[in-house]
Amino acid sequence: MKKALRYTTVCLAGAATMAFAASVQAEELNVVSWGGAYTASQLKAYHQPYMKANPGVTLNSVDYSGGLAEVRAQSEAGNVTWDLVDVVVSDAIRGCDEGLFMEIDHDEMLAAAPDGTPATKDFLEGTLSDCFIPQIIYSTAFAYRTDAFKGEQPKTMADVFNLEKFPGKRTLQRAPINNLEWALIADGVSPSEVYDVLDTPEGVDRAFAKLGTIKDEVIWWTEGAVPAQLLADGEVVFGTGYNGRLFSAIEEEKQPLAIIWDGQVLDIDGWAIPSGGKNKDDVLKFVKFATDTQRLADQAKYISYGPARTSSLPLVGKHAELGIDMGPHMPTKYADQGFLTNFQWWADNRDELNERFEAWLQQ
Amino acid sequence: MRTADGMPLKVSIARAMRRNKLMALALIAPLFFFILFSFLIPIFDMSLRSIDNSVIPDVLPKTVAALAEWDGEDLPPEDAFAALAADMKAGRESRDIGKVATRLNYELSGMRGTVMGSARKIAKVEEGPYKEAMIKADKDWSDPAVWQLLKRLSSPYTMGYYLNAIDMRFSPDGAIEAQPDFRQIYIDLFLRTFWMSILITGLTILLGYPIAHLMATMPLRYSNLLMILVLLPFWTSLLVRTTAWIVMLQSEGVLNDILVALGLFSDDARPQLVYNKIGTIVAMTHILLPFMVLPLYSVMKTIPPSYMRAARSLGANQATAFIRVYVPQTLSGIGAGSILVFILAIGYYITPALVGGTSGTLISNQIAYHMQQSLNWGLAAALGVILLATVIALYFLYNRVVGIDKMKLG
Repeated sequence: MKKALRYTTVCLAGAATMAFAASVQAEELNVVSWGGAYTASQLKAYHQPYMKANPGVTLNSVDYSGGLAEVRAQSEAGNVTWDLVDVVVSDAIRGCDEGLFMEIDHDEMLAAAPDGTPATKDFLEGTLSDCFIPQIIYSTAFAYRTDAFKGEQPKTMADVFNLEKFPGKRTLQRAPINNLEWALIADGVSPSEVYDVLDTPEGVDRAFAKLGTIKDEVIWWTEGAVPAQLLADGEVVFGTGYNGRLFSAIEEEKQPLAIIWDGQVLDIDGWAIPSGGKNKDDVLKFVKFATDTQRLADQAKYISYGPARTSSLPLVGKHAELGIDMGPHMPTKYADQGFLTNFQWWADNRDELNERFEAWLQQ
Repeated sequence: MRTADGMPLKVSIARAMRRNKLMALALIAPLFFFILFSFLIPIFDMSLRSIDNSVIPDVLPKTVAALAEWDGEDLPPEDAFAALAADMKAGRESRDIGKVATRLNYELSGMRGTVMGSARKIAKVEEGPYKEAMIKADKDWSDPAVWQLLKRLSSPYTMGYYLNAIDMRFSPDGAIEAQPDFRQIYIDLFLRTFWMSILITGLTILLGYPIAHLMATMPLRYSNLLMILVLLPFWTSLLVRTTAWIVMLQSEGVLNDILVALGLFSDDARPQLVYNKIGTIVAMTHILLPFMVLPLYSVMKTIPPSYMRAARSLGANQATAFIRVYVPQTLSGIGAGSILVFILAIGYYITPALVGGTSGTLISNQIAYHMQQSLNWGLAAALGVILLATVIALYFLYNRVVGIDKMKLG
């Protein structure tokens, strides 16, 4: 059975990696990330300077759409061709549990801050986990069309759930994550107690009940680019989105949108190294470079995501092309209005809640 | 009789025949092996995953052995706790314990944390008694239901994924029961998938039949133009066509603007045409239409127009002649088109994912979700096998009723 199962994964992994598997050599690294503006910011801040400083190394940038399917397939097939993967922290935890990712000794493997503070003290509190190297803090927040409401504008999570005061369609991610937290906050739970309430069956029922009050007015999105598009088209008046995407819709495309920072859910994104890769030393060298204080601050020139190191924060300057000050666009600036997602809780409960959420949608 | 070189004719013929057969086999061999290795074996292999449960016996062998004797009442004896502690230590070394955590978490939410947490804590415990130590590491181990779950998963094979795929589950004592209401989705999704696929097949017949008929009876230069109009969308990328439908159907979109301009709807009561069932039906009907038109056209092309004229001259009116003479001759085309469209529709997932909203997504969207996001490949395989079995069953039914030899694709 086991041997037989291995065959499928060989096929899956083969299909996923055929394109570049043949060309891999010691000094070529396959670095996998989310594509779009985000990968572009990584190329400019990390890859290009690194390749300039190390002419012998080529970094291949590969796009994927998240999840652990490919990493698991490569690992089960025993042919790991991805050297470094950009993952959200809850996937890093799950992959770490399954042995898909290499464990990281943060102080040993990562650069210290310029003043000598070791990495474990310098990365923002609560962001490090066993197999995970944080890069950025992003947030998922609501945006609304500034031309949709005459008079008073929405400011709080309760306003988003108030159909009488602020009528119109909303777009939310088709997943329970974040939505359940917001429903509870709109229902009067304070952000610091959200996960305590969610930990009880009654709390989950309460969240679904509150979400049910706007269900008929919701268009559900699954791709990160969709909410900004729906807002721009006037298809919806409220939408949740990643703050970087919302930033580019507002500042680069000049859409009439504004972000509601109240209740924003902060989340972390970073690197994980698939275990069993062939270029471990080269990868670690690159990771050490790409997550040092200056590099993380550099990335914020291209995208409005907050660097995950305390020592990087003062170095954040202006946007490289627009010339606007990036400080006010960083989700970390409004951290006290939102909260950090509880990834451990979600790693444990997401399978069950996803199923329940899907069933709830069908009812 | 002998050939010129003195060999018996019989032998010589047999040799020539064998050579021909080998030649023929050699010619199809590449295709055969291609299909075998890239299609049949992977499908078979993937379907094995729907019953595979080797993780627990592989990673927790001592526990499985210790639980074999346990009667399933109350808590298992101390040696089962000791065995689990030993397996956890070994599993932590080999980094396999996480697979157990994932597997148990599918059955009982929160088990990931329980297993990973207790594995971490128990690694520091050098000697027994392990019962207290395990319960101290996580109080879940004082719950007999958790141990019953472990015992139930001791076999290397499981029907659990199939039960899950039809909204059932094992209760803690091993009986089969329905999932709680708020987790029942798959039966509804299967039914919806079949129902919508049948509807879409019917719509493509309704829309495709006149087009094919027109193309088959028009003069060549007009019918060629029509053919291009059918083929052009057929060649256009699926994603482009799907997103084009979003632009057309959305509430600020082209179609709604026209409806409002015509005064059929007021500006603030625009009908919702996309991100629901309607969106899926419209977009999929459009995308699958060529698969109906082309077989219909190729069948209609071969029907001599004189048959209709003969029917008319024998006294049938236009409608009777059409229904009783023309339509029966196109049945093989309808059959071929229907089976093509239906089987394609039943497995569609990109279009429903983009335009289906919540009411218009199909079972394949759940399969894709379990393949890519939840990583519950066992459940994805079970859902896939059920879908595949249904398609095969329908194929045999079709063969029984219509006859597959009557199918004509061109």
